[in-house]
Amino acid sequence: MLDFPRWKKIWLWGLVLAVAIVSLPTVVSLAGQQWPASLPDPKVNLGLDLAGGSQILLEADPRQITQQKLESMEETVRTEMRKASPAIRIGDVSTAGDKLSFMVENASDVDRARELLMPMINGTGMTREWTLSVVDETRIVLTPTKEGLDTALDQAMDSAKDVIDRRINAIGTLEPTIIRQDVDRIVVQAPGQQNPEALKELIGKTAKLEFKLVDLDALPADVQAGRAPAGSEILPYAEGGQKIAVRRLGGIKGDNLVNAQQGFEQQTNQPVVNITFDQQGADKFARLTTQNVNKPFAIILDGKVLSAPNINEPIRGGTASISGGFTVESANQLAIALRSGALPVDLKVIEQRTVNPELGKDSIERGLIAMGVGTGLVLLFMLVTYGRFGFYANCALVLNVLMILGIMAVMNATLTLPGLAGFVLTIGAAVDANVLINERIREERRRGRRVMQAVETGYKEASRAIYDANITNVIAATLLFLFGQGPVKGFAVVLVIGVITTMFTAVTITRMWAAGWLRRTRPSDIHI
Amino acid sequence: MKLLKLVPDNTNIHFLRWRLPFYVVSVLLILASWGLVLTNGLNLGVDFVGGQMIRVTFVGEQAVPVAKMRSEISALGYGDPIIQGYGGSNEAAIRVKLPEGADEKPDLANTMTAKIVATLKAAHPNIRIDGIDSVSGKVSSELFSKGLMALSFAMLAISVYIWIRFEWQFGVGALFALFHDVSLTLGFFAITHMEFDLNIVAAILTIIGYSLNDTIVVYDRIRENLKKYRKMPLPELLDLSVNETLARTVMTSLTLLIALIPLLIFGPASLFGLAAAITLGIFIGTYSSIYMAAPILIWLGVKSDSFVPTETAADKQDRLAREASMP
Repeated sequence: MLDFPRWKKIWLWGLVLAVAIVSLPTVVSLAGQQWPASLPDPKVNLGLDLAGGSQILLEADPRQITQQKLESMEETVRTEMRKASPAIRIGDVSTAGDKLSFMVENASDVDRARELLMPMINGTGMTREWTLSVVDETRIVLTPTKEGLDTALDQAMDSAKDVIDRRINAIGTLEPTIIRQDVDRIVVQAPGQQNPEALKELIGKTAKLEFKLVDLDALPADVQAGRAPAGSEILPYAEGGQKIAVRRLGGIKGDNLVNAQQGFEQQTNQPVVNITFDQQGADKFARLTTQNVNKPFAIILDGKVLSAPNINEPIRGGTASISGGFTVESANQLAIALRSGALPVDLKVIEQRTVNPELGKDSIERGLIAMGVGTGLVLLFMLVTYGRFGFYANCALVLNVLMILGIMAVMNATLTLPGLAGFVLTIGAAVDANVLINERIREERRRGRRVMQAVETGYKEASRAIYDANITNVIAATLLFLFGQGPVKGFAVVLVIGVITTMFTAVTITRMWAAGWLRRTRPSDIHI
Repeated sequence: MKLLKLVPDNTNIHFLRWRLPFYVVSVLLILASWGLVLTNGLNLGVDFVGGQMIRVTFVGEQAVPVAKMRSEISALGYGDPIIQGYGGSNEAAIRVKLPEGADEKPDLANTMTAKIVATLKAAHPNIRIDGIDSVSGKVSSELFSKGLMALSFAMLAISVYIWIRFEWQFGVGALFALFHDVSLTLGFFAITHMEFDLNIVAAILTIIGYSLNDTIVVYDRIRENLKKYRKMPLPELLDLSVNETLARTVMTSLTLLIALIPLLIFGPASLFGLAAAITLGIFIGTYSSIYMAAPILIWLGVKSDSFVPTETAADKQDRLAREASMP
């Protein structure tokens, strides 16, 4: 047990040195000093509760994904049936109850319809996206599969994350962290940001732009009462509380944009958003405006009508400008949102935490003071209780703290406020291992063992309890990490790393020192 | 230099003689704790009930104008706020329920925050907004059930580990000791009405981990002694084990306390609850590892040969050597 060959010593010292060096940038920056920019700086990140900033947790509504899938399938079905030769006439199309169902008017067409839809329901991926069944011989029912919906949600969340990333980067001043969480959530963290409202305004907007024809046949009374004629839907205006009926299908979506800029309308000097379509979008837009000259169409943003201007002439250039009572700022925000693309699904803020950076600084200061006082007292206590062996434990403790910081820096882990408490706790617990060892050595000496044998037995017998005790700590901390959230996770991280480094410093390193000393001096009695 | 020895060598305290009265008292305390939790309730923070917490500091002031703030915020029509001291005498935490329907329309919560912050800033020029937590009902109930799961899983997992490493009686003993510790800590929070948030769940999990350290040290010695003194009656053997490890139990708890108490005194306000819970837990845990975890082994019928099959050749050699060296 007390044998330490040279290679092992070199190896141990090398490891200690390496980890201590890695911890330096963090130590320097925690002490409030500047780390030279020319040197590499693996650093422990400070959590929002220490650095100050905002965290926003967004959640998507999976039902919306279902709805979107149903809608686009409805379009596909209508187009396919119309394109079939001879065309298949269908009716009574419904998307109620999370399934798409329709009647095939001529029962002999059912098999042909099924053939046509077959490629559609298998989708592009590995999973089947729809199940098709025929009810009452003439009704075809398409139900989206769970796998298909899960894949769709997953893709939507991925692209939502990208969209948020683009939007925040468009402002350029923030250094956000955007992480997907669970299946339907996204966490956005922005350090230093004092005003989360602007951030929420920017990322919370879906920015789904649509152009739909106004349903001129709808009766005004029906529209005000919210009764939509067949094939139409009633949408509210963004301002003024008016409502309008628009054709549900056959519009254009704003996802074919290549650019959006804030500008001013030439005559009124009102802020507007100028948009430019890509080729495909430009063609569709030209077709729509050519076929519907002198009819009004609604410009819809996130389900609210901005304006419903008349189409005076076909718009062929692929550019258009949107007006709708904007301020320069709101027009600019909309331009950013449109440029970054629409969120594929609405996101709701379900949790939000903001910490003033000043409070964070204060917390670090007070945390460090508490840690300093605690460490000092522990060091003193160990020294007066165990003498030389206490001193070894103390040196190991200092190494331990540096190692935890170094490992956290390499892992790019985040230090949070509860994490600081984790440090304090680790300091108290790290020397516990030495207490167990030293008490055992005392006991073995009392029983009359020789010095060498007592130290050896002390380390060997105590290791078992130290090992068991630390495993239970790791179990508790791991569960905390798995089920905990936010800053509390940081606490668990420090505890787990602390347990591992403690096993190393408090047991192995002190044993190396003790063995070295015993070998050099061969004392007949030890003071412990 | 004379070294400090807080616990004298070779103590011979008959801890186990009083096991029955202590058990009765502990069980009563557990029942009382749960009674308090159920009647008095825990002062659950926004983490667990949802709502909004705004932390403020009145820079350069001595006290917080609680009544004035309460009436200002009540006047906004979002219900009566709960205003608590938080950290220093000029700091406070204001809790408000999220408006009706905020789970569906997050804008409502935004507007409320903005209004409250604006009102406070207008009425108190030297107020500093330190932080805003806004948690929807959905997230808070998730956090609550996750916290509960973490606690139960931790207790079970640790007990199973002890069972594997020792014997089933030890696992049951550990589980009971942990239940005791958790119950009393909850009771403490029910009686003091200190805020119970995520940090406190973290504290309780930490207590579970650390309280067991002492228990393991005692159990380890019991196992060792069971192998060593086959003929010794169990109560006597337990007493011997507890006495032999008494210095360890006391010293390890002491080092933790020494490190933690400065955190309680000097640490940031938001860590006070966590530090207080762990400090209390260390006392409870030390007590439970002597009086809860050990005596239960008698009733569960640990036998002196419980560990015989697990004795390896090396252990046997060791034992023989030790027996030979004993006077």
